[in-house]
Amino acid sequence: MPPDAPQRPPARIPTLAEIFTGFLALGLTAFGGALPHARREIVERRKWLDADEFTDLLGLCQFLPGGNVINLSVAVGMRFRGVAGALAGLLGLIVGPTLVVIALGVLYQRTHHDPRVEHLFAGLAAAAAGLLVAMAVKIAWPLRRKPEMALIAVLAFVAIALLRFPLLPTMLVLTPVSILLASKVRR
Amino acid sequence: MNHDLVSLAAIFSQLSLLAFGGGNTILPEMQRQVVEVHQWMSKADFSALFALAQAAPGPNMMVVTLVGWHVAGWPGVLVSSAAKFGPSSLVTIAAMHAWERFKTRPWRRFVQAGLVPMTAGLVAASASLIAQASDRNWTLGAITAGVAVLAYKSRLHPLWLLAAGSVIGLLALGWS
Repeated sequence: MPPDAPQRPPARIPTLAEIFTGFLALGLTAFGGALPHARREIVERRKWLDADEFTDLLGLCQFLPGGNVINLSVAVGMRFRGVAGALAGLLGLIVGPTLVVIALGVLYQRTHHDPRVEHLFAGLAAAAAGLLVAMAVKIAWPLRRKPEMALIAVLAFVAIALLRFPLLPTMLVLTPVSILLASKVRR
Repeated sequence: MNHDLVSLAAIFSQLSLLAFGGGNTILPEMQRQVVEVHQWMSKADFSALFALAQAAPGPNMMVVTLVGWHVAGWPGVLVSSAAKFGPSSLVTIAAMHAWERFKTRPWRRFVQAGLVPMTAGLVAASASLIAQASDRNWTLGAITAGVAVLAYKSRLHPLWLLAAGSVIGLLALGWS
């Protein structure tokens, strides 16, 4: 940090309970992707991190395996309260949605023999598939001008969706090739 | 039962560490393990659980919880959640110290750029497999296509699109 950078006012470090309840609220209110909510809660409302710190931490979370928001709850907790904080953040984030989703599961199991409920859930599943299609197009569209990278995406799709290869060997073969191509393309 | 818990732990801890680019990249492998390898449920059931998880709040991989619950009840929930969220969280904790040093290195950008096409291919595979299992007739196929176009073109909240799909399913497939 350059010496003349404005010093952030020393914010109070959140307690374990605050980390837990903060992520509990986030988990229970975030529908359809928790990331925009996470930013609003952590940066704007609770002011645990400033915008740059948030972006930096999110960069790490997107780089590593695991859901971005899951990793974020761990990273934010870890930053303020170490491993106990990481656990508080993670548990806070998943405990609410876990109970909600199991309640929905029980409801589904008890009612899905009713044809109306079956039709409702068939429509829901079709819509959920549509959201995935849109997400796939959004991620793949920028690759159209990078033929080498697009080829990797096509190979991954063929191996997983059509040939039904297991994920681990597919990634072990394709990922290094893809990283090598990325380093050549950039140079 | 015990054997199922061991299988759940093995499947989800592996997926936890392979989930580069977010949870939707590991759906095809999860479906392969749950439906084909272990035959815990049908393809259509898996898609229904995925859809339920999408309609619930929170992070987008709550389908893991539902699979655990379906296979082995509450012990299944605990084992699947610990296996899915534990390993990647340990990696995050371990990486936080190193991040300051490696975030500016050129290799980090190459790794990140190299993972993008993998993510694209795997999310497309997820979309294709979930759509195949969900769209058992033309009406459902039309719902998938309509939601895809609206989600891509507009800024409508995904929850509205899920609700609209459910209502159209209910009305168009008949009350029988």
